[in-house]
Amino acid sequence: MSLINNLVEQLINGLRTGSIYALIALGYTMVYGIAKMINFAHGDIIMVGAYALYVFAALLGLPVPVCILLTIIVCAVLGITVERIAYKPLRNAPSLAVLITAIGVSYFLQNVALIIFKATPIPFGSVIKVPSIKIGGIHISGITIVTLIVTVIAMAILTWFINKTRAGSAMRAVSEDKGAAALMGINVNKTISMTFAIGSALAAVAGILFICQYESLSPTLGALPGIKAFVAAVLGGIGSIPGAMLGGIVLGIIESLSKAYISTQLADAIVFGVLVVVLLVKPSGLLGKMKAEKV
Amino acid sequence: MNKKINKSVIINIIMAIVAYGIVMALIYGGFLGRQAMSIIIPCCINVMLAVSLCLLVGFLGELTLGHAGFMSIGAYAGALTTNALNLPPMVELLIGLLVGGIVAAVFSLIIGLPVLRLKGDYLAIVTLGFGEIIKSVINFLGFTGGAKGLSGIGTYSNYKNFTFVYIFVLLTILVISNLVRSRHGRAICAVRDNYIAAEAVGIKVSKFKTMAFVISGFFAGMAGVFYAHNVGILKPGNFDYNKSIEILVMVVLGGMGNIKGAIVAAVILTALPEVLRSAADFRMLLYAIVLIAMMLFNNSKFRTVMIEKRNLKKAMSIQKEGE
Amino acid sequence: MKKMTKVMSMALAASLVVASLTACGGGEKKAETKAAETKAAGETTAASADGDVFLIGGIGPVTGSAASYGNSVKQGAEIAIKEINAAGGVTVGDKTYTLDMVFADDEATEDKAIQAYNSVMDQGAQAILGCVTSGACIAITDLTAADGILQITPSGSAMDCTKNDNAFRICFTDPAQGVTMADLAAETLGYKKVAVIYNQSDEYSTGIREAFEKEFAAKGGEIVASEAFSNGDVDFNTQLTTIKGTDAEAIFIPAYYQDATYITKQAQDMGMELPFLGSDGWDGVLGTVTDPATIEGAIFLSPFFAADPSENVAAFVADYNEAYGATPDQFAADAYDVVYTIKAAMEQAGSVESADLIAAMTEITVDGLTGDGITWTAEGEPNKGSKFIQIVDGAYTLYE
Repeated sequence: MSLINNLVEQLINGLRTGSIYALIALGYTMVYGIAKMINFAHGDIIMVGAYALYVFAALLGLPVPVCILLTIIVCAVLGITVERIAYKPLRNAPSLAVLITAIGVSYFLQNVALIIFKATPIPFGSVIKVPSIKIGGIHISGITIVTLIVTVIAMAILTWFINKTRAGSAMRAVSEDKGAAALMGINVNKTISMTFAIGSALAAVAGILFICQYESLSPTLGALPGIKAFVAAVLGGIGSIPGAMLGGIVLGIIESLSKAYISTQLADAIVFGVLVVVLLVKPSGLLGKMKAEKV
Repeated sequence: MNKKINKSVIINIIMAIVAYGIVMALIYGGFLGRQAMSIIIPCCINVMLAVSLCLLVGFLGELTLGHAGFMSIGAYAGALTTNALNLPPMVELLIGLLVGGIVAAVFSLIIGLPVLRLKGDYLAIVTLGFGEIIKSVINFLGFTGGAKGLSGIGTYSNYKNFTFVYIFVLLTILVISNLVRSRHGRAICAVRDNYIAAEAVGIKVSKFKTMAFVISGFFAGMAGVFYAHNVGILKPGNFDYNKSIEILVMVVLGGMGNIKGAIVAAVILTALPEVLRSAADFRMLLYAIVLIAMMLFNNSKFRTVMIEKRNLKKAMSIQKEGE
Repeated sequence: MKKMTKVMSMALAASLVVASLTACGGGEKKAETKAAETKAAGETTAASADGDVFLIGGIGPVTGSAASYGNSVKQGAEIAIKEINAAGGVTVGDKTYTLDMVFADDEATEDKAIQAYNSVMDQGAQAILGCVTSGACIAITDLTAADGILQITPSGSAMDCTKNDNAFRICFTDPAQGVTMADLAAETLGYKKVAVIYNQSDEYSTGIREAFEKEFAAKGGEIVASEAFSNGDVDFNTQLTTIKGTDAEAIFIPAYYQDATYITKQAQDMGMELPFLGSDGWDGVLGTVTDPATIEGAIFLSPFFAADPSENVAAFVADYNEAYGATPDQFAADAYDVVYTIKAAMEQAGSVESADLIAAMTEITVDGLTGDGITWTAEGEPNKGSKFIQIVDGAYTLYE
């Protein structure tokens, strides 16, 4: 009984980290799917979101819903600005050039935060207060449940938005063929800006939930979850929205189970090992679409 | 045709000698402070790393984010070898270099074979994964010293042995630039430009991909051995993906597929943080801004216009010569 | 015509190489002249005060993931230097020296540490305060030995940091800490079963863990779980769940306060009520927890106790708070003591020659923030008592 209990608890632990990964991965996948670039700075937008929430809630003392709204707006605006300044001039450059620029943006954001807020971690209590639930002998913290629900809602809204709305079809058109989309009267620049705004807003939400879960701010807080979420997005099939969700949850659970039952020391190696194996068996990720190569 | 090649070879040799002469003059002429002396060898190491990665990213056209992993394998293999040996330092280092290079090449082969199926962003993420796995495993193993690091490595590759290191740097550049210019190199470039077409004309894509991986890994491993014997202590945490990205940035700033550019970028990017040391807090910020600005400039209209103008001028002068 | 472009591009490349080399050489010279200038300036001001400047070379991470430790060290040392200079400097023989410090960033990495060391040496450092992290410290120890310069590390706790005769430290070694904590757990507290959570990518954490587990087993205790995590991890639920499944009586966390904050908070969320034991990296933990109740009752080893009512500590805490708006942690206190140790060595040696300073180190006794009457062995280890700190009612209190 205790063994099963333990397994269930570890699965819940996996869900807990996995749902955060999934939420971040949604942003990655969104930007990759439409703008066809790996936005390496995505993790750092999460960090900006976390600090923004801190500034609004702890320093300015605004009411919580206002703080959350403002944080999302700040990140969305930041996303658009970054895209305009750093990525837009490179739209026709090789994808590697864009990747390097994204790395530059990532370093830039981290160091600005370092200069403003210093390296010492800042404690910041959760602004979302949800009581934890106890089923049998198992604790599930409130914030875990909130994160999971928010991730599912975000995924559902995104799927609906992309498949059912005009702006969504514009995005899909830009994703398929920028030139053709422009000829059909779609404003490519506006569409890509909107993609970045949505992606960054998702990062803001992830940042808020992350900080409510872990309650400590530092300039590099987005780096590691950013990488893990990137792995999750690729695992699920980058560009696919349900794939990002699945990849995130699967990654979280694998991580948790390998730490619990194999070795805490080799957990990272196992996580990346699984990624390699999945990609070798199914090179486009779990739910990714394989495109036929054209000559 | 022949004459042209000869001329460029001569110029390259002169360049190499001049660069060597300048560095030697700076070292022994007392022009440099200790800080500048201590970055000479790191410059050489980074040149080796950048040139070897240039083969993969620039010529094979595959983005890899795990170059630091191969470097660490070479570094550990080389350092363990020289720690075990009891020979004159230079002989030890030579053996260490060979062992480090070969072990790294073997691992590149093992890792390179399965990932041949992948391309582009997927390859990038898998190589990043392998880099992390290597780091994790080195941390876990006992004989590598784990998190405490492997210390007590003789610091043989210091600036006093610049000549020795420089020979290997030249060797790296020579092998890779000749490879690129050879038949095999053309095949590798063909794989980059259009692998379906390359396959159609009978180029064995997987063979050339593996070859590029192995050669690149070999030189990265050697660079790792020099690193180990320059710093004297190895810790798995130093070979994370940030290090891989640092090398990648050198290749990209050098203009992908441009070996000379990669060399210059490697030297500048090694020296830059030291020159900016007085800027303390703002150093990394400046580094980030320079990075973004360089990428934007490299791909800007301004630059294209400049190149066009230059080409136009050239065309005019050709016309004049014709007349 | 292609030839022409090639030649041109090569010439460009060559000029860039030369430019960058001379640029860094030039930067070097500039730094040197700058150092010379400050030195000269120091001399002129000192000349009127009848003395000279003694330059301390500080090395530590002020950027990167370990930046908070390096900043604390830098700030702690600055407070000490300000104090000493305000009190009239250091009297060596018939001369009076004022202290000054140049601080170079090593980003807590080994290769940068070497460059940082050379950069402070270029600026004429006469004693080394650093490095802050063990790996960086080991990387420069052979270089400092070759230069024969006095090196005192505030916080490099790995054994190898002081393997050379010229190197000394202020902090405890990792094995010593592990043994002390194991004795406390097994004898004073009477625990039989303890679980350990440690950072596998940190030599400080693994060093303490090794010694702790060995000593605890030797005392007849049992390590029921030994769980690892890596740098940058923020989620410890899995490790805690595993520990929950054992019959551990306490959890020992040899790690820094940031990690301890996450672990204790998540343990509380899971409804775990096991007591915590910590290493000296825990100092400052009250500053990073959102709810002090999560660490109520935790005991950790610390050389420094910020709430210590004794005069020197209270004065230091007040000055530090005034200058930097924060409560100093043990890194700041260690660095403060390093500066006073250098001062004591100068006074004892009656000279500022490195060899004399090193020889004086085993003869001096320093009453510092991190211990009264600290003396050093020739191996570079400090002799000082350890304090246990317990969190009681959300405040640090001495545990007797």
